[in-house]
Amino acid sequence: MAQTKIPRDQVEHVAKLASLMLADDEADRLGHELGEILAYMASLDELDVAAVEPTFHSIPMGAPLRADEVIACFPRETYLKSAPKSEAGGFAVPKVLEGEG
Amino acid sequence: MAGAFETVIGLEVHSQLLTQSKLFCGCPARFGAQANEHVCPVCLGLPGALPVPNGAAVDMAMRAALALGCQVRTQSVFERKNYFYPDLAKGYQISQFALPLSEHGELSVEVDGATRTVSIVRIHMEEDAAKNIHGVGSGTDTLVDFNRAGVPLIEIVSGPDLRSAAEAEAYLRRLREVLMFCGVNDGNLEEGSFRCDANVSIRPVGQQQLGTRTELKNINSFRFVRKAIEYEVSRQKAVVSGGGTIVQETRTWLESSATTVSMRSKEEAMDYRYFPDPDLPPLQVDEARVDAVRAALPELPVDKRARYVATMGLTESDAGVMTGHPEIACYFEGVVSELCKQLGNGAKLASVGKRVANFIQSEALRYVQTEGLAASLPGAPEALAELLALVEDGTVSGKMAKSVFSDMVQSGRSARALVDEKGLSQVSDAGQLESVIRDVLASSPDNVAAYRGGKTGLLGWFVGQVMKATKGAANPKLANELLRKLLDEEA
Amino acid sequence: MPSMPAEVHDLGVTEMAAGIADGSLSARALVDHHLARIETHDAHLHGFLHVDVAGARAQADRIDRARAAGKPLAPLAGVPIAVKDNMCTRTMPTTCASRMLAGYQPPYDAHVVECLAAAGAVILGKTNLDEFAMGSSTDNSAFGPTHNPWDLTRSPGGSSGGSASSVAARLSAAALGSDTGGSVRQPAAFCGLTAIKPTYGRVSRYGLVAFASSLDQVGPIARSARDAGRVLSAIAGYDRRDATSIDRPGEDFTASCGEAIRGVRVGVLAGAALEQCDPEMQASFKAGVQRLQDLGCQLVDVKLPHMGHGIAVYYLVAPAEASSNLARFDGMRYGMRKPSGDLRQTYAQTRADGFGTEVKRRIMLGTYALSSGYYDAFYLKAQRVRTLIRNDYEAAFAKCDVIASPTTPRPAFEIGAMHDDPLAMYLEDIFVLPPSLAGLPAVATPCGITRSGLPLGMQLTGSALSEAKLVQVADAFERDLAFDSLPPGLGRASEGA
Repeated sequence: MAQTKIPRDQVEHVAKLASLMLADDEADRLGHELGEILAYMASLDELDVAAVEPTFHSIPMGAPLRADEVIACFPRETYLKSAPKSEAGGFAVPKVLEGEG
Repeated sequence: MAGAFETVIGLEVHSQLLTQSKLFCGCPARFGAQANEHVCPVCLGLPGALPVPNGAAVDMAMRAALALGCQVRTQSVFERKNYFYPDLAKGYQISQFALPLSEHGELSVEVDGATRTVSIVRIHMEEDAAKNIHGVGSGTDTLVDFNRAGVPLIEIVSGPDLRSAAEAEAYLRRLREVLMFCGVNDGNLEEGSFRCDANVSIRPVGQQQLGTRTELKNINSFRFVRKAIEYEVSRQKAVVSGGGTIVQETRTWLESSATTVSMRSKEEAMDYRYFPDPDLPPLQVDEARVDAVRAALPELPVDKRARYVATMGLTESDAGVMTGHPEIACYFEGVVSELCKQLGNGAKLASVGKRVANFIQSEALRYVQTEGLAASLPGAPEALAELLALVEDGTVSGKMAKSVFSDMVQSGRSARALVDEKGLSQVSDAGQLESVIRDVLASSPDNVAAYRGGKTGLLGWFVGQVMKATKGAANPKLANELLRKLLDEEA
Repeated sequence: MPSMPAEVHDLGVTEMAAGIADGSLSARALVDHHLARIETHDAHLHGFLHVDVAGARAQADRIDRARAAGKPLAPLAGVPIAVKDNMCTRTMPTTCASRMLAGYQPPYDAHVVECLAAAGAVILGKTNLDEFAMGSSTDNSAFGPTHNPWDLTRSPGGSSGGSASSVAARLSAAALGSDTGGSVRQPAAFCGLTAIKPTYGRVSRYGLVAFASSLDQVGPIARSARDAGRVLSAIAGYDRRDATSIDRPGEDFTASCGEAIRGVRVGVLAGAALEQCDPEMQASFKAGVQRLQDLGCQLVDVKLPHMGHGIAVYYLVAPAEASSNLARFDGMRYGMRKPSGDLRQTYAQTRADGFGTEVKRRIMLGTYALSSGYYDAFYLKAQRVRTLIRNDYEAAFAKCDVIASPTTPRPAFEIGAMHDDPLAMYLEDIFVLPPSLAGLPAVATPCGITRSGLPLGMQLTGSALSEAKLVQVADAFERDLAFDSLPPGLGRASEGA
């Protein structure tokens, strides 16, 4: 199954999308494992499903719509106390550039 | 020839909806609280929390869509737009992608007398992000305030149909006006409840294919929109004229240097991995719901202006002023309708409308203060209508009406009360005025003789004397009539 | 060997609730008894990540006081229940067995936790799981594996292995698990228990830490179908905080327990999947089907032609959803943060250190399946094949009322057995995945035991919202089989000695 390995640059691209720092050996191992798993997924290719509607929700229904009613909020300490870092009532995070994002 | 370029602009507008609660949770959607006081497990993206859509947000989005001539999908789909950023609580934004709420609308704008019809490609619903606060506290970190996270937004995407910065500005003004008149947005660019990104490209005149575009962000005033686009167009022309090529990228407007600078190129562009949000079944709106929203649509400003011109005798310019804000239009229409009621059958809408518009423009507007959708007005429409009725029936002169109005605004009292109290009523009683006139004639025998001898131009002088004797309270029309009668009949 | 008299911890949910209601049992004594058993046995089993001694006793005392005051008692009053540690609890940590959430205490209770409290249940503590419910062994817990009470060298299954282990060992009367692709049914099979995976939308997911949102359901694990049905009755029902909740009034899923199942049409799965099962599993399943026939059921051959594709579909759809669901664990608002240079590095390092191997593997797989250029070929294609699986069931349920299959191809494997071969592990889920993909209810019930003394399970799948029927069939089957759910080693003899 060695030939099914996902190339390193692709593993790194996906890891970047997923915000995961991978060690060298980890990236290597994941390349092999994902390659093997995805090769198995290729079994789906034997089915012609181009005309089949996808099932995103197994039980068909429409979204219920909520009434536009305000629910009282808890004091912010309720949430800030779980934050790795907080300051002046805000969640403190490593500096981001203004306008980025 | 370098310079023979055509500018192509498409705009993406993010507009907050004026619901009470957020799009997917019950937290207040209005601002004014301290940082992170309007948050809950849902909008903070806590483990296990789930979104439930706000029906009023759906209705408001539909109202905007229908007002802009869009078709509303009976089934649309919320999808997840996945990326990491501190203002994004869940690591994804709930938005709409493949199947948006509505599509295929249009909005016409006029610049220098030419009309441009701009297509609205789509209007979809999504949740707003949190606010990153810079330079507060110790300053080493960015602080995130989630009060804004989850506030409902609609994104209104125009086609690449605009051809100048002026047209882009006109489009934004028209769009903002429609949303405000529909009551779904407060039109506040500075505070970000109405935000605009511009896709700008140039191409040689006559070329069909679109040029490479750049996306401009951070343009949060009408002035900036114009300046940023103008700058960007000149930058692109310079690049192309200099033999270079435009790079597809996101650029941000820097007001400090009045330039746009690159934020990220297409190569760095994110792969958002959109997929239908499994937490949210499709958004279904049946025909009845669409019809109900359509039936409740208010008259749009463009239709108001046409009606004011066609039936109320207003000029285009008057009509523009009277639709400068939803509350002004409402005030104007209120005064007109109340005045017509007070004047009874004889009142002609055309003349009444014009006179009301004139009075509002010259006297009332100076007292109007608007903030978002709210406006402070100089009293109720009925109050002004009462004053203008007194002008119509001759009780008060047009000139006096102005000072009475100023008194009304300051004291909050009615026109009738002020006029009565200050004895400002015109002397319109023929008997009373006749005795004044007889006194005037008796004290000026020479001029009477001269008039009767043919110097009829002296009539104006007699009117002046009558006014003087009544301290200006004489009804000028009646004074004229009586003077002429007494001078002529006793000849 | 003559069976010994039942001890209090051998009683079922139904009997415990009845005993407390009639005053023959004290809730406090019952809870203390279970807490003592946890103290004794959980050191070997490691089913619990957190035991709430004070909270459990306080709740038991409230129940006893209410009864003494003559107040009516709720249906699960005083019954000691364990809750999988991926359901939010305000008064206990909720870690999902992940370093990412070590020590994290949510500010709110999950809907199911509220339901248990409203039903008077005593929540003993939080049970171990595969990290973020990803796995079939409970080996993938950041806090160490759970052991199977039937054989401590073996896995209790997963991901709700801690819940299953605690119920099998009589450390709790019943437990809540969550089932995304078999995570209550497979542990029940491995531990000789009954579990219900409800119809998707039957139980609110509000407060269940999401793994794969279109598949996740909370379900009970207990020592009988009747007990499981009783717990399900307490947690099922409409919740407006979950947009996928089915708007149906509550139901007593045990209403038809004790009734005969004569005439019920049982679809029997044939085909390759069955032939690839362990021979003892095949034999036990065949005997189980025969038993159903002997009880008056009508056997029907059914085929689910696309069942085999369920594994590929599931292992694309679930990781794709998981990759998005777990994006919120970024070290910014709660949980672990590993500061490391700038923002992007902090994200990546936090997630690298906070997540375990299997979670990272699935995040990578799911991110890949959703990424530009692969969405159509993998994710979308899988969702289309999912429709074929749903259609298979629709056709099958035109001919039968329930579909019987083994729950797993083999009995419990040894702890760590499949660490180096994730795909082999995924293939073991062949029977439990299709009902999840179709959103259908399924019950796992014991159907026998291997010669080496490991339980084997049978799965009964029903059409949407047919939980009451499934409970009825499983109850009739269990009463006829009289499976002894007590693992040796925790046996009456040894305790009596």
